[in-house]
Amino acid sequence: MEVFVISLLNGLVYGMLLFMLASGLTLIFSMMGVLNFAHASAYMLGAYFAYTISLLVGFWLALVISPLMCGLIGAGIEMWGLRRVHKNGHIAELLFTFGLALIIEKLVQMTWGLIAVPYRVPALLDFPLFTLYGTNFPAYRAFMLLISGLMFGSIWLVLTRTRIGLIVQASLTHPEMVSALGHNVPRVFTLVFAGGTALAGLAGVIGGNYQTTEPSMAFTMGPIVFVVVVFGGLGSLAGCFIASLLMGLIQTFAVVFDYSPADLLKQFGLTVTSSTPFAEVLTVPLPRIGALLPYILLVLILLVRPRGLLGTRDT
Amino acid sequence: MKVLPTIIAAALGGAVFAVTPQAVLGQDTIKIAYTDPLSGPFAQVGDANLKQFQFILDYINSKGGALGKKFELVPFDNKSQPSDALIALKSATDQNIPFIMQCSGSNIAAALIEGVEKHNERNPESRIIYVNCGAVATELTNEKCSFWHFRFDVHVAMKAEIMARALPKDVTKVYLLNQDYLFGQSVQRDVKAYLAKLRPDVQVVGDELIPLGKIKDFSPYITKIKATGAQALITGNWGPDMNLLIKAGIDAGIDLRYYTLYAHLVGGATAIGPGGDGKVRSVMPFSENHAVEIGNKDAEAWTKAFRDKHSFDFYSAGFRTIFEHLQSAVNKAGAVDATKIAFALEGQKMKDFLGYDTIMRKDDHQIVSEYLVGVFKKGVKYDSEKTGLGWATEATILASDIDQPNTCKMKRPEMPM
Repeated sequence: MEVFVISLLNGLVYGMLLFMLASGLTLIFSMMGVLNFAHASAYMLGAYFAYTISLLVGFWLALVISPLMCGLIGAGIEMWGLRRVHKNGHIAELLFTFGLALIIEKLVQMTWGLIAVPYRVPALLDFPLFTLYGTNFPAYRAFMLLISGLMFGSIWLVLTRTRIGLIVQASLTHPEMVSALGHNVPRVFTLVFAGGTALAGLAGVIGGNYQTTEPSMAFTMGPIVFVVVVFGGLGSLAGCFIASLLMGLIQTFAVVFDYSPADLLKQFGLTVTSSTPFAEVLTVPLPRIGALLPYILLVLILLVRPRGLLGTRDT
Repeated sequence: MKVLPTIIAAALGGAVFAVTPQAVLGQDTIKIAYTDPLSGPFAQVGDANLKQFQFILDYINSKGGALGKKFELVPFDNKSQPSDALIALKSATDQNIPFIMQCSGSNIAAALIEGVEKHNERNPESRIIYVNCGAVATELTNEKCSFWHFRFDVHVAMKAEIMARALPKDVTKVYLLNQDYLFGQSVQRDVKAYLAKLRPDVQVVGDELIPLGKIKDFSPYITKIKATGAQALITGNWGPDMNLLIKAGIDAGIDLRYYTLYAHLVGGATAIGPGGDGKVRSVMPFSENHAVEIGNKDAEAWTKAFRDKHSFDFYSAGFRTIFEHLQSAVNKAGAVDATKIAFALEGQKMKDFLGYDTIMRKDDHQIVSEYLVGVFKKGVKYDSEKTGLGWATEATILASDIDQPNTCKMKRPEMPM
């Protein structure tokens, strides 16, 4: 029970962090049909900006300024970069964002150095909120849950209750129609791209000091975010939310369940010994392949339901 | 900000040397080719080593170098790839450089041992010595030992023994967590073997392998470790796998002691932070506070000079022993000749700059030297990575304590006239 409750909390925090990162990407991906490889780079930039800004004016201002800076960078990338590349097709866009991700990583290394920067949780939140079975639950994690919860709420409100939200939603499913109705679709694109990048930046601000802020953080976070986006389904914020929490919980619980396929087979009266075919694979305990499970799910959902969990269209 | 120019300079330097065949005879410096990752995810390790080597070599050269010549470091980027390390070896032998040095990655070390062995057999006129400064897989000086390979760091089995010896008497439940690849598995195996031998009262309550460099959040592992009631966590993790693990543990505030092999390297102190006061231990060849603790003023002044010049810790100051061994061997050999130097290195005994005995064993070319178990805490003279905390020595293990036997059967060349 003890392990279950604590793992549930941990999984929730990790899942919500994934959601903050993935929600922006899912909007961008749905609208432009391009997997933005530089998305996790915005997450990294958010963390580094926040570190530098927090040295100057404190964490709370950094929480506001850093995502805004990321958003501006995102808008710039969309207006002067992606839009030009767009006419050469999706492959060109994909390669463009990939190159961008590499460039940003190098720039970060040149600016802040190769080693992790000491970006710390603000003193105001650096205390255990409560102690559960002898394990501290840091207040900062509760703060992360709060911020990501607020973010989910506000995106949802903007998308469903405002005019611009309606246009964005329409562009997600019927971009040609929206354009035909006389809306400035390129500007909507810029807006969504900037907004998505700002959200990734915000995730960086609160994720950078929860984990560590170092130049490889973008490349380690990137793949799992793609899994969330594809698994959740194109154009679906709710799908993205469910997928994020699911991935967070799966990875957390995989660690604590020390079972292997062999244990499952035992239930059916089959005992695996070293002479059984594939014994090596069958006796691998779950924790050792925990990090692999999201990718297995990705492959499965692409086979069974290509549009994703709550996806609304196939392309 | 300072990192990239160095890398570019290093790359350019390598390129220039590679295309300009120099007059081999009558070289006025003794060159040492150094190959490690100078780009890519592990570049921070190679870059930090390079700066520390340069500082040490400046000192050795100010003390006269060897045979009236100065030592010169020639860096080659190997991008953590064995194939690139072999290209570096080729460039080094083309320029008739007598030493190639490499610190990171036992897989690369294995490739280099083989490459050097072959080259020296076919080209007796341009032989080269492989100076291993940190690839620690046990087999490299056992099954895979070579006459041309000299290892200047103690191997995994020795480190495991140090860890088992340093474990306090009141710790009876330990949890092992290591990376799922060659090195992590050998730490797992050797630590268990030495615990069984030296501390039969200790019970291993958990034994886990994690995928290398894949895990972002170690909180679930911390929950699991706590549930087993372990008092100490023993881990050979390095890089992000080390830093994130300890950070998660410290954040959760659980009552656990951490015994590590690499917490003292770059990024470790930052990840542990002030919350880890007194909880983390590391098996290390050197700490800047050790000179203070044993009252060695010369050593302290020397390591302080590095701090004044660079913005990071001088954790590899112990590498000075390597260059002092080389300096002495070259002088003894009387010529910059790889074969003669190799024979001079064999069995060479020397006091290091802290005053401890070190010996390059003749039968397997493995150094045995003192090793420290440091604890990360407040109130030390030199802190790490500006955290206000630093490494204090908790135990000093002498060379004679870890002089483990070996299984090396070495093929020796003829002694030159």
